[in-house]
Amino acid sequence: MNIDCKHIYDTLIIRLVGELDLLVSEKLRDFIDIKITENKSRVLILNLEKVSFVDSSGLGVIIGRYKKISAKKGKMYIAGAQPMVEQILVLSGINKLIPLCRNEQEIMENYREDGI
Amino acid sequence: MNVKNYVQFEFFSCPENVSFARSCAGAFAAQLNCTLSDIEEIKLVVSEAVSNSIIHGYGNKPNEKIIVTASIGYDNSLEVAVEDFGKGIEDIEQAMEPAFSSDATRMGMGFTFMKSFMDKVSVISEVEKGTTVRLERRFALAAEADA
Repeated sequence: MNIDCKHIYDTLIIRLVGELDLLVSEKLRDFIDIKITENKSRVLILNLEKVSFVDSSGLGVIIGRYKKISAKKGKMYIAGAQPMVEQILVLSGINKLIPLCRNEQEIMENYREDGI
Repeated sequence: MNVKNYVQFEFFSCPENVSFARSCAGAFAAQLNCTLSDIEEIKLVVSEAVSNSIIHGYGNKPNEKIIVTASIGYDNSLEVAVEDFGKGIEDIEQAMEPAFSSDATRMGMGFTFMKSFMDKVSVISEVEKGTTVRLERRFALAAEADA
């Protein structure tokens, strides 16, 4: 798992490459939590374009970060989930909590509409 | 099931081996007449079962034994058994409920995925002896798919 991270104002963009399972879930959770705290992030964008696999350990990290950012009245978005990953996100019901968007650009456009 | 081919592999209960186990199961399942997304589903369910053994069966102890046995039948079916010798499950019904998890950091979706993607999921477990999760699915034969 490769993690790339970028801040734009209070938005934290996390771009992942690889497979999101038990092996990486703890590292990823700690990494994102530290970045959210450092950056005082209000918006978290999780870019899954290059993630080929997610299981329930990975979903646990995603839902946990959603809870964390929501507790601070922030928002979370998921960008670019591949079909199999998207199927898992839908089956788990995560898509009802976290909007699934085609790409980061679509999220940025939604921002403006939301007036964030 | 009339067994056409089978493999068995065992490994330590460390998180590094979750991807090893699902990749092996996926590579073996590629012998079936099935689609790429079917293989992805097989990899997912094996990942869930093996993760369950590591986390719940062995409480994250990394050097315990997990055995995966996979068989392909002449009827284009697959059976995968994931066996551990850990603490076992007290209440199997409860463990299989969606969003039940004894560990708050996970989704509690493992058995839900297994049930969604497989025809049959059975669990044999004895407290302090271990757990075997058996996953079964039959894929359409070419003749059936054409029909």
